[in-house]
Amino acid sequence: MRFARLVWVVTVKDLRAELRTKEAINASLGFALVILILFSFAFERSIEGVREISGGLLWIVFAFAGTLILNRSFARELPNDCLDALIAAPIPGSALFLGKAFANFVLVLAVELVSLPIFGIFYNVQWTQQLPELMLVLLLGTWGLTVIGTIFSALTVNIRLREVMLPMLTYPIMVPALLGAMQLTSALVAGTPIGPDTSSWLKMLIGFDLIYTAVSLVLVETVLVG
Amino acid sequence: MRDKILYGIGAIALAIIVRNLLVMTTLPEEAQQGAIFKIIFFHVPVAMTAMMCAAAALIASVLFLITRNFKYDSLAVSVTEVGLAFLAANLVTGSIWGRVIWGVWWVWDARLTSALICWLLYAGYLMLRHAIEEPTQRATFAAVFSIFAFIDVPIVFFSIKWWRTQHPQPVFWGGGSFPPDWFAVFMWNWLAMVLLGILLTAVRLRQENAQREIDSLRRMAHAL
Repeated sequence: MRFARLVWVVTVKDLRAELRTKEAINASLGFALVILILFSFAFERSIEGVREISGGLLWIVFAFAGTLILNRSFARELPNDCLDALIAAPIPGSALFLGKAFANFVLVLAVELVSLPIFGIFYNVQWTQQLPELMLVLLLGTWGLTVIGTIFSALTVNIRLREVMLPMLTYPIMVPALLGAMQLTSALVAGTPIGPDTSSWLKMLIGFDLIYTAVSLVLVETVLVG
Repeated sequence: MRDKILYGIGAIALAIIVRNLLVMTTLPEEAQQGAIFKIIFFHVPVAMTAMMCAAAALIASVLFLITRNFKYDSLAVSVTEVGLAFLAANLVTGSIWGRVIWGVWWVWDARLTSALICWLLYAGYLMLRHAIEEPTQRATFAAVFSIFAFIDVPIVFFSIKWWRTQHPQPVFWGGGSFPPDWFAVFMWNWLAMVLLGILLTAVRLRQENAQREIDSLRRMAHAL
């Protein structure tokens, strides 16, 4: 019970700090918009064509824009040695990690929920046909990105070339989650519900989330304290 | 003493490879693919050696996190570098085979893609090490990343397998068959590659230890 409260405190702290400054979320939203526009030059914009690549397009936008938020997650604590204070605080590392992960999850999800209708308008796609299942995929995929991004944000916070190293290290690890989310999203945007041929992707996505949440919780103390 | 052992391992590996090359020229050409099929004698053994290196890197990384003994960190980085070289050899030989049989250097098939992502992950491991100055932090973070990378490899493999597969089914566990004399050459070649891997790791390990000693001497000189 106390653990849940500590997680909640960290989450609220991070969200409050972000909503007051809006430094990461504005940059991330702007970046998502830019990539969405750039993609319109890269691909054929027939309705059929866009439906086929919609999953890939959306998740690349989410992964790129999400990295901007995840990069700031621990970097925000560097000025005034806030990170040292957080590590020295009498809370377990796993609570700190989960709190930050939840805050990042909310922020990345917010960027995604704004990007989706913009995608629908720009590319003339009816993306709401399978809305509940699409939201489920969005939640699972985003948690996968967030949990990997948060632990690696902690890992890269103190090193040289932080902004380059984070995507360089996280994208290859995220491949299974991105692949699954892309396949499911393409099918759902085209209006096909999750069936026997796509349900294995859903299971893979859940497995990815569970495995990496567990591994991160075990290793986060080592990453933070050294 | 240790030098002699290393020279011995190298000589044995070289002798086996020379012998295998001679035997390979006497083997008949494969019915459908012709001479290029014989690349399997290198393609698969280097892949298996690379996998052994990845497993060794995981064990060394976990041992470092438990004991905090830097000799395990040195072992982890040495064996990762050697494994990366073997995996690169695997990708290159596979690409040559693909050019002859498929007509293209590369296809986005399950095995090819997962091998490439695996290569990228371990290349990321080396880049991460380069970006961290402080030895303890470098060793700790690299060990954590190695664990993440190792867990990712099977997930990547199975997820991409569902995506698409074009690679031939494995000869040994996929229902194919190999004549006994071919199998013997194959296993000998694997042994040669493993010995080569051990040799390279030992050489790299020595270099890593020397580097560590130089660093500590330099720090001592600065302190004085």
